[in-house]
This record gives sequence, structure tokens and C-alpha cells, in this order.
Amino acid sequence: MVKRIVTGAHYGFRDWLMQRITAVVMAVYAPVFLIALYANSPVTYESWKSLFAQTWMQLATFLFLVSLCLHAWVGVRDILMDYIKPVGIRLAMEVLVIIALVGCGGWAVETLWRT
Amino acid sequence: MADATIKKKRPVYLDLFRIRLPLPGFVSILHRISGALLFLLLVLFGVYWFAQSLASPESFAALTQMLSTPFFKLVILAALWSYLHHFCAGIRYLLLDMEVGIALEHARASSWAVLAVSLALTAAIGSKLIW
Repeated sequence: MVKRIVTGAHYGFRDWLMQRITAVVMAVYAPVFLIALYANSPVTYESWKSLFAQTWMQLATFLFLVSLCLHAWVGVRDILMDYIKPVGIRLAMEVLVIIALVGCGGWAVETLWRT
Repeated sequence: MADATIKKKRPVYLDLFRIRLPLPGFVSILHRISGALLFLLLVLFGVYWFAQSLASPESFAALTQMLSTPFFKLVILAALWSYLHHFCAGIRYLLLDMEVGIALEHARASSWAVLAVSLALTAAIGSKLIW
């Protein structure tokens, strides 16, 4: 039994919990989105645009996007921690992942509210 | 008991092509692969497609035309399967976290269910989406 001093650090519990909470948000969003899409079908530019022009859909999609970015970050970081051992390369890849996720997230949110 | 496990011949190296994963392990590695795939597709295509689809009627038309080519139909199918597998396996893990279906036989059965349901949903939604 390893005795750890728990103050001042967290040992992955927050990430573990985050992974599950964001998963639930996305698991709720997915069927809602499919149903909304089906209700708006056939999918044309007008129906697609009007779907994302509704405030509830914008908010739901925003929550989905935030969850997606947090979820992807924890997941991809887990993969990097398992397979990429040299610290420098791993750190560089983690930075790239963060840049990619923040960039994509920002672009998607901007798209969402421009509609 | 301890002797029995020690005397058993065990592989001394981890040759990925000689390890036969048990079914739940297979579902587990697919969960990881599908997650990695989803991340890559999101970064490479997903957000760009989303922006294109909403920018203007012209960009929407150009996007749907591009997505109707065989290559991108395959990409969409891969993304769809990845999402659905990740979704089903994820729900299984949430249940396992809550100690639902821990017993070996239940874990095996739910692994089969994850594989079957995600493939069936991919076929159902994919056929509607693509053709």
C-alpha cells in the first residue's frame, strides 16, 4: 500500500470524472440531434440552417462541443501517456492536441453563433 | 494455487500478433481506436465540414457534392461506425463503473451486444445518410 499525500495534487480522479460527465452530455445530445434532424428532413441548406438557428439547438450544440473538446483531451492524453514515452515528444504532441482542440472548438462555436 | 500459476507457460514478450485478446479486451481496444479516429476526423474534417455546411447555400452544395464521392462516403461510414461503437462501448463502461454487468458472462454478452448494435446502427443510419 503506497501512502500518498493527497493534498496539493490530484491523481486523475478529476479527469476520470470529467470523462464520464462529458460522455453523458454527448450521449444525450446524439439522439436528440438525430431526432431533430429527422423532424427537419429532407435535409436542405434551409432546413439545416434553420435547425441551428434555434436558440435551444445552439445551446445544446455548444454544450456538446465543450464536452467533446474536454472528452477528447482526456482521451487523447491517455493514449499519449500510454504509447509516447519520451517526455519532450509527448509534451509537444499534447500541446499540438490542445491547440487543435481549442482551434476547432473556437471555430465550431463561431460557426454556430454566426448562423 | 500460486504454484499452478507460476508453472503455467506464459509468453515472455508482448507480440501483438500472437496475443489473442478476450472479447471484452477486443471491445476495449476498439474503443480506443475509434476514439483516436474520431479525434483525427474531427480535427481534419469535422469542424471544416460543419463550417462549410452553414456558411452559404453555395458552400453547402459544394460540400454535399464532395461528400457524395466514394472516398468521402467511406470516410463518413468510418466516422459513423467510430461514433456508434464509441457510444455503445462508452455506455457499457458507464454501467460497469456502476457495477452493472460485472460478472464474466454478462461482460462477454454485453461486449457482443456493443459490437452487434454499433454495426447494425451503422448500417441503418449509414444507408439512410449515404444513399
